Amino acid sequence: MIDVNCFIGGFPFRELPHPDPDVLVRVLAREGLAGAWVGHLPTAFHRDVTAGNEALFEALEPHRTVLQPVPAIRPDWPHWQLALAKAHADGARGIRAYPMQWGMGAHDARLAALAGACGEIGLPLVLTTRFEDVRQRSALDVSPDLSGAHIRALVRADPNVHVVVTCAGRALIEESHWGLTPDERARLSWDISWIWGPPEDDLAHLVQTLGADHFRFGSAWPLRLMQSPIANIELLPDTLRSSVVAQLGSWLT
Amino acid sequence: MTDEGSQPLAGRTPLVDVHAHFYHPASGRGDWERVNAARLRAGERIGIRALIASIIGSWGHTSPTYFPSPADVTAGNDAMLALSELHPERIRCYVTVNPNDTVHAREEIARCVERGAVGIKLAASRRADDALLDPIADEAARRGLPVLQHIWQHRTREWPGQEISDGADLGALAKRHPRASFILAHIGGGGDWAHSCAAVREITNVYIDLSGSGVDRGMLDLAYASVGASRLLWGCDITMETGLAKLRALEAVGLGEDELAEIRWRNAARIFPHNALPGIPTSGVAARRTDAHVRVSQ
Repeated sequence: MIDVNCFIGGFPFRELPHPDPDVLVRVLAREGLAGAWVGHLPTAFHRDVTAGNEALFEALEPHRTVLQPVPAIRPDWPHWQLALAKAHADGARGIRAYPMQWGMGAHDARLAALAGACGEIGLPLVLTTRFEDVRQRSALDVSPDLSGAHIRALVRADPNVHVVVTCAGRALIEESHWGLTPDERARLSWDISWIWGPPEDDLAHLVQTLGADHFRFGSAWPLRLMQSPIANIELLPDTLRSSVVAQLGSWLT
Repeated sequence: MTDEGSQPLAGRTPLVDVHAHFYHPASGRGDWERVNAARLRAGERIGIRALIASIIGSWGHTSPTYFPSPADVTAGNDAMLALSELHPERIRCYVTVNPNDTVHAREEIARCVERGAVGIKLAASRRADDALLDPIADEAARRGLPVLQHIWQHRTREWPGQEISDGADLGALAKRHPRASFILAHIGGGGDWAHSCAAVREITNVYIDLSGSGVDRGMLDLAYASVGASRLLWGCDITMETGLAKLRALEAVGLGEDELAEIRWRNAARIFPHNALPGIPTSGVAARRTDAHVRVSQ
C-alpha cells in the first residue's frame, strides 16, 4: 500500500516535528505501508520551484525504493516543459501543482497545458486542496482552498491526464465528481486524508456512491498524523471495509 | 487490525470520550437516528466505555446552534437525558446552558443534574471571561461538575454565528473559579492550538480535551509538553477516526501505560462526579473535589 500524499521539508507557518525522509521511512514501516509519493513542502510556497525540486530528488536518493519523488512544475515559469521532461527522466512518480498558491485561475490556459503534458507522458497530476484548516491559517497564508472549478477544468483539459486530489472533504469531492462525465470521472481520484469518518461517515458514503476505485490512501504527512486515514478505514462499516481494503491494497490484512 | 468482534481497536483499557454529541428529531436533519447509531457503533468498535455527550438546542434548526433559545436548550437537554436513560451502560450527559438566560441556565442545571447530568456544556453564547459566566461557574464548583467550554483556538477576529472564546478567555474564568474544573474543548477543533497550550499552561484547573477533526502533527506533543498527561482528556467530538488516531499517536510518541491511562479515563474519573461514569473504576482515583456528589443510576 502506498501513501500518495506525503512531503518532506518544513512548513512556513508552524514547526513540524522531523519532516525528514529517514523519519518518513520509519513511519511508513511502523504503519505497515510499502511506500509513499513524496513532495517537497517548502516548494509549494516558493516562486521558483527549481531549487526545491533539486532538493527533493537529492534527499530521496538514499530511499528511492520506498519514497518516490513528486516534484512541482509551475507552468507559468520559463522552460517548464524542460523541467517536466527532466523530472520524468529522473523518475518522478507524479507532478504536483499548486494553482492556488500561484494565483492561477481555474481556466488558466497554462494549467491546461500542464495537464496535457502530464497526460502525454503518463504522470498523474497531484493537487492539494489545503495544507491547514482555514480556521488556523496565518494571516500571511492567504491562498484559498482549491476549487471544484479548478479540478473539473484540469480533468477536462486533456483526455489522458489523471488527476489525484489530496486533502479534500466530501463537499468538494462530490461537486467535482458529479460535475464530470463518466469518462472524465474515471481519470479523477482522491486521497482519504481529509474525509470524515464516523459518525458522519463521509468516507463510507463516498465509497458507496462513487466507488472505492476512486480513492487512494493518503495522509498529508508530516502535516497530519498518518494514523488518521488508517483509523478511518478500520472504522468503516463491516460491509464496506473489505472492499476498500482490497482496493487500497492488502496492507491491513 | 483486529478481527471484528474481538479486541476493541483501542484496546480494553477503560476509555472515556469527554466530548460527544447526539442529535434528536428537532435537530432538523432527517438522518439523526443514523448518525446517533453510527456514533454508538464506532464507539463500540473503538472500545469507548463512557460517552459524555451534549445536544446543543436544536442544532440551528429553530434557533442558532451557538445562541440557542431557552425552549431549544430545554428540548435538547431533554433529548440528551432520554438518550442517557436509554443507554445507561454507555452514555452520560452534559446539561447545555445559554449564560445569557441566567435564571433559565441555573434552573436547567438543577433540573438536569437531578436527572443524571454529570457536567455543564457551554457553547459560544457568551465569551468565557464574561461576568455572566460566573453564576454558571459557581454552580459548577458547588455541585462538583466540570464545565466543557467550546473553544476556538486563538481568537484573532470575530466569526459569524458564535461569540467565540479562546484559551486565554477560558483561563480568565478558570482563575476566578479555582474550585471548578474547566475542559478546554477540542484542541483539534479549529484555530491555533499552540496558542491554547500556552494560554492555559499554568492554570491547573483547565484540562485540555484532545478531540476535534484536526490531526496536526506536533499538536499532541505540545499539549503534553504544556500541561502534562494529568491535564489531558481524550475525546472525539464530530470525528471519531481522529480520536482513535490520536490514541495511537500518543503511544507512538512514547507515552507510557500509566500516562495513557490518565488521558484515557483517570483524569475524567477525577473531575467528573464520583461514580458518575459507567464502566469506569473509581477506586484508587482521587477525586479532584470530594464535597459534591451526583446521583447517577448505574
